[in-house]
Amino acid sequence: MTPDLDPMILAIFLPLFGAIAAFMLPRAAALIGLVTLAMTTGAVFWLAQRVLASGAVIVPLGGWGAPLGIDLRADGLSVAMLLLTSAVGFLVSVAALDSLKGADQARQRQYFWPLWLLLLTGMNGVYLSTDIFNLYVMIEVIALAAVGLTVLSGTKAALRAGLEYMYASILGALLFLMGVGFVYMQAGRLDFAGLIAAEPSAAMSAALALMIVGLLLKTALFPLHFWLPAAHANATAPASALLSGLVVKAALYIFLRLTTYMPLPDEILITLIGALGAGAVLWGGLQALRAERLKLLVAWSTVVQIGLIFIAFARAGQVGLAESWKAAALLILAHGVAKAAMFLAAGRIKDEIGHDRIRDLDRAPVRPTLAQFTFALAAISLIGLPPSLGFIGKWSLMEGAMAAGYWHWVAITMIGTFMSVAYFSRVLSAFLRFDRVRAPVGEHQGWALADAAPLTLALTAIGLGLMAAPILRFIEIGYPFGAAL
Amino acid sequence: MMDAPLLPLFILMTSLLAAPILFALPERSARLRTGINLSMAALKVALVGWLSLKVSQGVIYDLRFEMLPGLEFKLQADPLAILFIALSAVLWLITTVYSVGYLEHGPHRARFFGFFSLCVAATVGIAMSGNLFTFLLFYELLTLATYPLVIHRGDVFFFIDWGIYVIYTLAGGLVLLLGTLGLWVLAGTTDFVPGGVLADVVAETPLAAKLLFVVLIGALGVKAALFPFHAWLPIAMVAPAPVSALLHAVAVVKAGAFGIMRVVYEVFGIETAQALGVTVPLAVLAGITIIYGSLRAITQDDIKKRLAYSTVSQVSYITLGVALASPIAAIGALAHLIHQGLMKITMFMAAGNLAEGLGVKRVSQMDGVGRAMPGTMLAFSLAALGMIGLPPLAGFVSKWYLAQGGLEAGQDWVIALLLGSSLLNAIYFLPMLHRAWFCDAAAQRDGAPGRPRIGWMLAAPPITTAVLVLVAGGFANAPFSPLEWTRFIVAIEYQE
Amino acid sequence: MTPDLIYGVTGIAVFGIGLVGALCAQERLRRVLALKLCSVGAGFLLVVGAWREPPDTPDPVPHALVITGIVVMVSATAVALALIRRLQTLEAEDDA
Repeated sequence: MTPDLDPMILAIFLPLFGAIAAFMLPRAAALIGLVTLAMTTGAVFWLAQRVLASGAVIVPLGGWGAPLGIDLRADGLSVAMLLLTSAVGFLVSVAALDSLKGADQARQRQYFWPLWLLLLTGMNGVYLSTDIFNLYVMIEVIALAAVGLTVLSGTKAALRAGLEYMYASILGALLFLMGVGFVYMQAGRLDFAGLIAAEPSAAMSAALALMIVGLLLKTALFPLHFWLPAAHANATAPASALLSGLVVKAALYIFLRLTTYMPLPDEILITLIGALGAGAVLWGGLQALRAERLKLLVAWSTVVQIGLIFIAFARAGQVGLAESWKAAALLILAHGVAKAAMFLAAGRIKDEIGHDRIRDLDRAPVRPTLAQFTFALAAISLIGLPPSLGFIGKWSLMEGAMAAGYWHWVAITMIGTFMSVAYFSRVLSAFLRFDRVRAPVGEHQGWALADAAPLTLALTAIGLGLMAAPILRFIEIGYPFGAAL
Repeated sequence: MMDAPLLPLFILMTSLLAAPILFALPERSARLRTGINLSMAALKVALVGWLSLKVSQGVIYDLRFEMLPGLEFKLQADPLAILFIALSAVLWLITTVYSVGYLEHGPHRARFFGFFSLCVAATVGIAMSGNLFTFLLFYELLTLATYPLVIHRGDVFFFIDWGIYVIYTLAGGLVLLLGTLGLWVLAGTTDFVPGGVLADVVAETPLAAKLLFVVLIGALGVKAALFPFHAWLPIAMVAPAPVSALLHAVAVVKAGAFGIMRVVYEVFGIETAQALGVTVPLAVLAGITIIYGSLRAITQDDIKKRLAYSTVSQVSYITLGVALASPIAAIGALAHLIHQGLMKITMFMAAGNLAEGLGVKRVSQMDGVGRAMPGTMLAFSLAALGMIGLPPLAGFVSKWYLAQGGLEAGQDWVIALLLGSSLLNAIYFLPMLHRAWFCDAAAQRDGAPGRPRIGWMLAAPPITTAVLVLVAGGFANAPFSPLEWTRFIVAIEYQE
Repeated sequence: MTPDLIYGVTGIAVFGIGLVGALCAQERLRRVLALKLCSVGAGFLLVVGAWREPPDTPDPVPHALVITGIVVMVSATAVALALIRRLQTLEAEDDA
């Protein structure tokens, strides 16, 4: 079989070649970027159709199979992640066309596209990998590209945040690598099937612990979130949208896979992870309540949402991951779409009114109506109000927790929801007040094309809630959890 | 006649689809906006008329859409739903006319009417929800859509007050989410079925069922302004008059009361609830609210605040009628859902006219307003007398059935309660009427303009609803009157 | 104590020292160096794992992994250094 034109291979190599081309031809970078994104999205849809038709698919890269070669595998969950990445990525790219058009942004324009395409390569690689060393390489690729995107604006704040992010990211990857080493010495192989087959032992537990800590650092679970708020708040808007909406999900996804193939040895560990999630929800919520800048508030809300996803994971309890991963996956998808929309909207608001100080939002001389509307829609999904996908995710989480009798997780989720209402309404009520400016408010209706992409994303986040049933059926294809490959 | 299974959906869409169009219209195209508003409202009334005709002929409407495995978005049009939709459709039309006049030169009308439509869509959705899950979806939408309306005037509030409003309503929504989840986990369904779905659960784990009842009623009680969850309602008084009218008559408090009906009749089932021993405490709570609201109303000088506390009191008649667990009381409760809506909307629109036309916002300023605005005050007086329960006005009919129901249920204290409440109603309404008609204005407003100028769009709506108050009371036994329709519903809920 | 155990423990120790440095060090450059130590420790461990009693030849897979790891780490270091330099330039401009 010649795997030449397999969609999985395209999904990884198209963005890679695109990145190189965009780097070599800076003048055409935007065009190359958009075309690559469109083609990659096409490839992912092709793959989705194939998975829908015939279940999970595997392609051995270069004709070498596992355990020594590299297999690419796509099942429902990985295709869902790929779809999220490329579709959200495409819309963010469209928005980036507009938000990076300033005359002083030539440098940003030049580097945004290669970095972003490289990032896409890494993420698609993560979602299709079937061995942990490959995953290590991919998360390093993601880390380097993501740091590049963080510091794109070149301000001192962004550079400081980016450097902090770099340290955290590399450390996380190295912890993961250390775990990979342990696994190899113990099991003699690195593919997922090998992980499943491996006998539980102290060394394997240590390996799992190392890898998990590394991943938690990368996905910014409380208290390892210290790098995230500054990095996401100081990046330029499209970069923030990519970092917050998509990048943290890669490590989360690996975490979900690993904990299934190598079950956590003790119930207490699951509870501990849930407790960290609870910490993230509470602490992140408090910080979001105190944040003075709009983008910082949005970044803290990411910390909260990551915590929530881990609560969804932890509420599995004795039942195991068999059910709870679905709630986590729904929340991952919901957050990806909604947070990208929200960061883009926040960026638009900042561009339009010239600052993003929350207490002065209602004193703006112009009114970026559409961006505010987008922000409100995204907030609906993030708070978890119906009928958004965020609501469905939260519903699944609480339903599972309630059915299993874990009332503490229900309580934490409720508290978190309440806090999210509180911090988002700080912003939303500023949007609704309008008599703070004595000068006539410019009735800026803001039908700018730049609002189209975030608005589409926000509407999608709401609308996907109505498609929750098919989404759930899709991510179960290939039964990613609990069964051998 | 042509049959359209999607009719409930169309009715929902008349306001749900109107909202984005209204949002998108530029501020200055007032004519087009008014045109869309009125035609959609009129279309909705027509469709609701058609729907009620079909339902009375026994056609069953049932639309389902799977949201999660086993969990459906479900719209149905049972007689109880029709009752509520008919109320909201008619009053929406009237309030729309009133709002157009009221906001003629106000700012941000595009936004106002957009959220106004969403609000009505949510109310209609609540009415037609076929299960508690769908109910929850629209309930949250209603909460969201009312905020921008309430603070439309854009005044910077006393921050603490505003916080109370937000916390009450959102906490209510969250607790309802919890209750819905609880129902789903306990019963495996959230469907509204006459007779209830919880009989087995009540038999097995009565404690869990009781807890669920408390959670659900507590959540809905916030919107229905049941004591001690009523504090938000007087705060919402800062809203513009048409919003207050809609809030008190149709949208918010009624959604809560309607939800209590659904929960008692179709989630628990009246017999199961009685067996569980939760109906009597609920009736007592409603009784306390009735007296408490009236007592607070007496001391308010602000007209809208007095009306608000009166709503707290009056809406609990509905809860009382439901909780008495007697078919006759149920008729009274359902009829009061309509009657209170008609009366209260009249009073709020009249109060709005007083504020617009004469700048009168306090009871102590009301001297002689009857002569200055006879039409408006006549409407107001009719509604007030109806509230007190003067026959043959609408309020009398509901109180009569409630009292009979109390006797039937063996709860004789209800008679005393109703008499006491009527007395209190008289104590806080009659002085207003006295001032309006029999006191001299000159002492208060020297140099006031002779005739206030308010357009027909402000003057006509309260008069229209006042006429409806008369008709609903006077012709209570005519076919298709609210009372007749409620008999039809009660026969279903009590499975007779 | 077998030699490979000694080497293995050394690898872990080196990683640990690096970890402490990466978390505790204040200076930017020091933290980069600490991260390098971590990567050396991890590589050490893998190489030890590849060792086989002669006459068996060592397992080549970990060697391949280590080489990949080194390449990745070189680029990461380069990015970190570039960032630090840029930041220092900006800060120097502010001081001037």
